[in-house]
Amino acid sequence: MTQYLDFEKPLAEIEGTAEELRAMGRQNEDMDVTEEAAALDAKAAKLLEELYKSLTPWRKCQVARHPQRPHCRDYIEALFTEYTPLAGDRNFADDHAVMGGLARLNDRPVMVIGHEKGNDTKSRIERNFGMARPEGYRKAVRLMQMAGKFGLPVITLVDTPGAYPGKGAEERGQSEAIARATETCLQIGVPLVSVVIGEGGSGGAVAFATANRVAMLEHSVYSVISPEGCASILWKDSEKMREAAEALRLTADDLKKLGVIDRIIAEPMGGAHRGKAETIAAVGKAIADMLGQLDGKDATTLIQERRKKFLDMGATGLAA
Amino acid sequence: MNWITNYVRPRINSIFSRRETPENLWQKCDECGTMLFHRELSDNLNVCSSCGHHMAITPRERFRALFDGAVFNEINVPEPKADPLNFRDQKRYPDRMKAAQKSTGEKEAMLVATGEIGRTPVVAIAQDFSFMGGSMGMYVGNAIIAAAQEAVKLQRPLILFSAAGGARMQEGILSLMQMPRTTVAVQMLKEAGLPYIVVLTHPTTGGVTASYAMLGDVHIAEPNALICFAGPRVIEQTIREKLPEGFQRAEYLLDHGMLDRVTPRGQMRDELIGIVRMLLNLPPAIKGDLPAPDDTATETPAEDAPKE
Repeated sequence: MTQYLDFEKPLAEIEGTAEELRAMGRQNEDMDVTEEAAALDAKAAKLLEELYKSLTPWRKCQVARHPQRPHCRDYIEALFTEYTPLAGDRNFADDHAVMGGLARLNDRPVMVIGHEKGNDTKSRIERNFGMARPEGYRKAVRLMQMAGKFGLPVITLVDTPGAYPGKGAEERGQSEAIARATETCLQIGVPLVSVVIGEGGSGGAVAFATANRVAMLEHSVYSVISPEGCASILWKDSEKMREAAEALRLTADDLKKLGVIDRIIAEPMGGAHRGKAETIAAVGKAIADMLGQLDGKDATTLIQERRKKFLDMGATGLAA
Repeated sequence: MNWITNYVRPRINSIFSRRETPENLWQKCDECGTMLFHRELSDNLNVCSSCGHHMAITPRERFRALFDGAVFNEINVPEPKADPLNFRDQKRYPDRMKAAQKSTGEKEAMLVATGEIGRTPVVAIAQDFSFMGGSMGMYVGNAIIAAAQEAVKLQRPLILFSAAGGARMQEGILSLMQMPRTTVAVQMLKEAGLPYIVVLTHPTTGGVTASYAMLGDVHIAEPNALICFAGPRVIEQTIREKLPEGFQRAEYLLDHGMLDRVTPRGQMRDELIGIVRMLLNLPPAIKGDLPAPDDTATETPAEDAPKE
């Protein structure tokens, strides 16, 4: 069953009524509810379209964080074959907030790396809600370097609230680990493509998304700070997250205009969680397409283009 | 100046500390509360003579103390697009900028300069915490790129003094993009085989620590500087426990392997000269205050300096 977001409450009511009606119809054979239920369905579909036609930035954050949104694991299972997870940073631990390994995309061997948030209480805790510790970034560095060594393209899937703000993480050099991951992204001489599938949370996202091509799902967000964090610093009130989300320009549309991302992948009506298979297929197509654009480029070109892309960033602003 | 201003007045002031004091003449140490006379304080590079606490120092003051004869050339930084997001919180971003420019007398949060230290030509860049918390936006990114390019062009080492709360939220995603941009700058230096020394000063946090400040060949911090990715308050809220004394301070990071050295400000210049000259395979430098390079054409060049 779909979990509704707060702004979807009217939709939940209509869909709930339609469901009740159908249940009644099943119990009483002489009652014909088909027509009425269909009318309600149509009304719900219209409302859904209206709600999602112009989501505010804050609502996009909510959709991007939706617990039923397809996560990294779903993409890897559906899009890749022979996925062979590789674990550990060879230093301290294996971080379950970051998954990655060898796999084949349309038979082509690649390295896939991503943040995984988990989809129930147990797996969310195990995955630390997608908040990586230094070991996660160091594992990613190791896998990226391995891909560079053997000429495999790297695909990263970004979905993290941010790097984990914990005591051990700080002691073991969270900043250094993130900096090294970004540096490695810029150093490897193989195609690197990245898709923000949910939340692109600050430095934790950059560490994976410093790529030749960056795509974002339509309702995903990518930001320097969470709206709540920004609100509590600049507005001194974390309840001002709506205003902060607006001001931060964290939507795929704005990021495309700013030249920070290269393409937007459309989501089914009502968000990725209302059409998982469709969303995953669209992401797969975008990845294949982006990799295709990089085919035939040598290591030096890939590195130089990647650097230039980021050096040139910021030349355009958003019109008022 | 006599013994009254030197000795008696600080004592009187420490007794009557609530009394309003002229802002420019006396400054109270934020750590031990001692009243410090402004000239002595600046002679001591804003380090408290009583407890050794390192107070903030502006990039300009730092450069005057760093470069031979206090002489340096400022490097021009390409201007980014102003207020690219048309950002507004409780104040408009351009208004915050104007206020910061007025209070600091600086254009932005980064100063880039070339000059000589101990007769060793270097490029130096310093972040200004008093300018919107030293925050990293497009200008700071441009400054680091300009500094790296200048260093590569002149084949000189780069010394970077970091001080920032993190990324500049008012530039949104573009501030975040300074992490990869500045990392490219560091790579330019590495490929050119030039030393890149980072001096981490209080505070260096967030995206700044997670990019150029942690990618140096040598990391030196000033004593007790707060250096972290997530701030102590955020961590306490997350793990719901009190953090140990000195957590995320320079000495703590040194113990945890993130820094090479913790060095008091007064010894920083000599140490930088020593490290840079060794990395460049140059003979030992002449120690002490050196006059500006231009006035000293006839003096003994550093290369011929006697060994100590």
